[in-house]
Amino acid sequence: MTILTFSKKEFEVKVGKFTKEIEEKITMMGTPIDSIDGDEISVEVFPNRPDLLSFQNFTRAVLMFIGKKSIQKFNLNKPEKNLIVNVEKAVKGVRPYTVCAVAKDLKLDDSKIKELIDLQEKLHGSIGRKRKKLAIGIYPLDKIKFPIRFTSKRFDEISFVPLESKKEMNAKSILKNHPAGIEYGHLLEGHQVYPVFIDADGKILSMPPIINSDETGRINEKTKEVFIECSGFNLHYLNKALNIIVSTLIEMNAKVYQVNVKDSSGNFISPDMSSQEVKFKLEDVNKTLGLSLTEKQIKTYLAKMGIDFMSSKSGYTALVPALRTDILHWIDLTEEIAIAYGYENFVPEVPKISTIAQEDISEKRKNTISTILSSLGLIETSSFHLTNKKDIKKMHFDFKEFLEIENSKTERDTLRMDILSNLLQILSENSNSSYPQKIFEIGVTFSKDKSNKTETGVNEKCSLAIALTDEVISFTDAVQVLEYLFKMLDEEFKIEQVENSNYIAGRVGRILVSGKEIGFIGEIAPRVLRNWKLKMPVASIEIDLEFLLGSRNNL
Amino acid sequence: MDENLIVESLSPIERLTLPAVKKDFEGVDEVSFKTSQDKTTVLRAITFLKNKGLVETKELERRVVDLGVLGINYLKKELPERTLLNCVFHKRELPISEIKNACGLNDNESKISLGTLKKKGFVIIEDGKLKIAKKFDDISVKFPEELFLEKLPLDFSTLSKEELALVEELKSRREIIQIETDKITSVKLTELGLKISKLNPKNDLIEQLTPEILRKSSWKGKTFRRYDLSFPVPKIYGGKRHFVNQAKDYAKSIWLEMGFKEMTGNLVETSFWVFDSLFTAQDHPVREMQDTFYLKNLTGKLPVKVDKKEKDIILEIKKAHEGKVEGSLGWKYDWNENDARKILLRTHTTSLSARKLLEISKTNEFPAKYFAIGKCFRNETIDWSHGFEFNQTEGIVVDENANFRQLLGYLVDFYKKMGYEKIRIRPAYFAYTEPSLEIDIFHPVHKKWVELGGAGMFRPEVTIPIFGRHIPVLAWGQGFDRIITEFFKINDLREVYKNDITKLREMRYWRK
Repeated sequence: MTILTFSKKEFEVKVGKFTKEIEEKITMMGTPIDSIDGDEISVEVFPNRPDLLSFQNFTRAVLMFIGKKSIQKFNLNKPEKNLIVNVEKAVKGVRPYTVCAVAKDLKLDDSKIKELIDLQEKLHGSIGRKRKKLAIGIYPLDKIKFPIRFTSKRFDEISFVPLESKKEMNAKSILKNHPAGIEYGHLLEGHQVYPVFIDADGKILSMPPIINSDETGRINEKTKEVFIECSGFNLHYLNKALNIIVSTLIEMNAKVYQVNVKDSSGNFISPDMSSQEVKFKLEDVNKTLGLSLTEKQIKTYLAKMGIDFMSSKSGYTALVPALRTDILHWIDLTEEIAIAYGYENFVPEVPKISTIAQEDISEKRKNTISTILSSLGLIETSSFHLTNKKDIKKMHFDFKEFLEIENSKTERDTLRMDILSNLLQILSENSNSSYPQKIFEIGVTFSKDKSNKTETGVNEKCSLAIALTDEVISFTDAVQVLEYLFKMLDEEFKIEQVENSNYIAGRVGRILVSGKEIGFIGEIAPRVLRNWKLKMPVASIEIDLEFLLGSRNNL
Repeated sequence: MDENLIVESLSPIERLTLPAVKKDFEGVDEVSFKTSQDKTTVLRAITFLKNKGLVETKELERRVVDLGVLGINYLKKELPERTLLNCVFHKRELPISEIKNACGLNDNESKISLGTLKKKGFVIIEDGKLKIAKKFDDISVKFPEELFLEKLPLDFSTLSKEELALVEELKSRREIIQIETDKITSVKLTELGLKISKLNPKNDLIEQLTPEILRKSSWKGKTFRRYDLSFPVPKIYGGKRHFVNQAKDYAKSIWLEMGFKEMTGNLVETSFWVFDSLFTAQDHPVREMQDTFYLKNLTGKLPVKVDKKEKDIILEIKKAHEGKVEGSLGWKYDWNENDARKILLRTHTTSLSARKLLEISKTNEFPAKYFAIGKCFRNETIDWSHGFEFNQTEGIVVDENANFRQLLGYLVDFYKKMGYEKIRIRPAYFAYTEPSLEIDIFHPVHKKWVELGGAGMFRPEVTIPIFGRHIPVLAWGQGFDRIITEFFKINDLREVYKNDITKLREMRYWRK
């Protein structure tokens, strides 16, 4: 979850009083209020709207949404003659693209510098996918000299003083010892050469996506002019990220100049803030939303979302500002219109279409089993599908076919292979409840699919487990339950003597239906009871319900 | 209440006890003695009588003189001075040095017994020998101490002067008597009790209807004892379905009533069905390991064409991701089939909807409405509002004429039936729906809006690969456990799957 935090005071200066009404409006704009703590307001910004990750862009959006501001035009100045960035062939194999801009007439203060750095980091984290997709650098213009080269060098040829360091380090040492190198170094793994920005004097400005040079990569309140670059793999996203920063700077009253990017795969001028044109039909919007909006209404609603509108003979065209990343299709415009119309203003309607209801047959049968067992006074439990190896081994001490989860955040990192273990755990945690305790559970158990028939390599089975415990409990108690259940289901079963070390020898049977083994019934072995710290005897049943429900695997 | 009815409602022990209660306060012990009932029974009877307003009780503190540990022992056998006296009487004379051995007394006992007998003038000492005093003739007469011990326990306030002197004397000897502070219940009749008591409660009320009474018709002309219906009874508990499943059954019935068919399916899925078929970019953060439970060392199979006429769904999904669906920019990357083969625990039930859409596309039979309620898994650290396993209720409506207002219609209806008149519907983002929405309810305890679940209309990038054209599909996946916790008064999601048997026994049944 990405959060934008800002000062209530500053918000009130730009937008107006922060009332309950405006608070609700902000949520209904698609940026729900996460918290209000004194002067500090936090809103959640969804991953499709990185453009709202700056306070400047956010407040502009709010002003337009509440109708206090009309659509913003982003004016750029033509590139001055020397503003050239050469993207050399050498960098193509490691980090192929960059887009750039220059901003002048900046009036920075601490809070604006913080906002820019925050925005840069948030863009790295979201649209930049932790710098994997893109990385942004901002440099004071007076410290560098155009034209600038974006090229690559062998790691032993790169040496500079990185930010947050006092001494010169070579590339290898940066990756190994600098905090940014340690965190992002894997992004350059496997490459013989590393990307670098170098100015006309041959100074290394930065080694993206890792770190800037300390000499040229630090802005402060005296900085009036900056050079911004955004490097990565996909021009579409690079442009979006740069435009988000540029629109923020324009909102701070900076003058933005374009830069000539001389790229071996084609020259261009950057930034490109021309609108994205999306054609749509009025009837499609109305049909999707269940409304009958007019052209005029559509125009007004789009404008509230900062989107311009053109009508021509061939139909309607929306002009989406260049900082928006989320308009992939005309369908995205319908949501913009819906938000501007106000979700709270839609009248819900249940259509009169007739379809035939149907409950899943195996779900129905599971319910029947549950009803029968409840009627015997048994309590149904509901436990987790995830467990751990230690707990499985408390009963199945020689089990090895574990289905393990990668990097679980809890102790539970293995799929359960039976339900009886869950029930024993429940009994062990409930020694303070009154006895007898009679519990059951119906649920999914997992095993490795050795036949290689399933799509996933995992067999899912629906099982039923029953556990009965009291000072005196025996095989008979379990058989009584099993017999009643099968009688009620009008099914037949047989119990056949078997050896199973999980149970007391001579007091365990396998349960057969039509000659096929479906499970076990017996008195749990003292070894297992001790492993679960159980102080009372337990009689149990565990059966596979496939004979009743059919297979649940996707084959 | 009619006085006769009260009489008829008296249980046998009440009928026995009531006449023994006086107009003025008297201890329960006395009542117990008078009615020859044990004290516990009398106390129960008094509780019943008090509930009917027939008696009043008060608790009194009193000091009681009772036997000490040694006192109990001596009372059973005899006091050591009695032992010594008998011993001297039989032997005529006894050298002082032999007292201990001859009488079986310890140091302390022999010293005290000797002192006591001398003081009473029963014995004299001559030439180091103990002899019976002449004036003493009948040794069988009991000592006042013996008589006193036999009477214990006694209320301290009722002791006579002589008895008080005995208390003083015995107190100085070890553990023969003890003085305790005791609470006693006293009871007296109320005015109503007095009236009832004068009515002379009958003893021939039928207490229990028996087969014999029925057979012999001996109930005729007799009255059954009336019960006190307000009296608490021992608790019993029944077997029952787990409370989440009770609520699930109810939610199911809501969808069924609205004409939905149930979907079920696997908990372990390929990424293809959980993410790729739902236009979730392969570098989207939800696909990372810190959010999703991937299974180790497994690679899945992707759907294969059964016959040549069928479309290649893998290719169509690839096209959607790469921006080759008409009118869509896509994600501007090269879609990787291997990422789609990763195996995971489904993060939402929407994988069921994705599979169902493909199935529907084979017959193109719609309008179609489907629902599911099932477990989902997220790799989360758990707190009051997050669990790593939770239920979702899923739904899709496939209909050429489906629209956003209908989506709200189904959801508002569902929540109303689940007990939520007031919900907040706000904009939200999901990779596979547009427009999208989120439903919030205000949590009364945590004083916070709580997200219940997302919904929206499937994007063309989801529907076109499957149907070949954009067909509106309303879709939702609502966090189910959060919806039902308020009813069960659970303020922490960690309680839901705790399986505390006592709580399960006492938990109310789902009802709306």
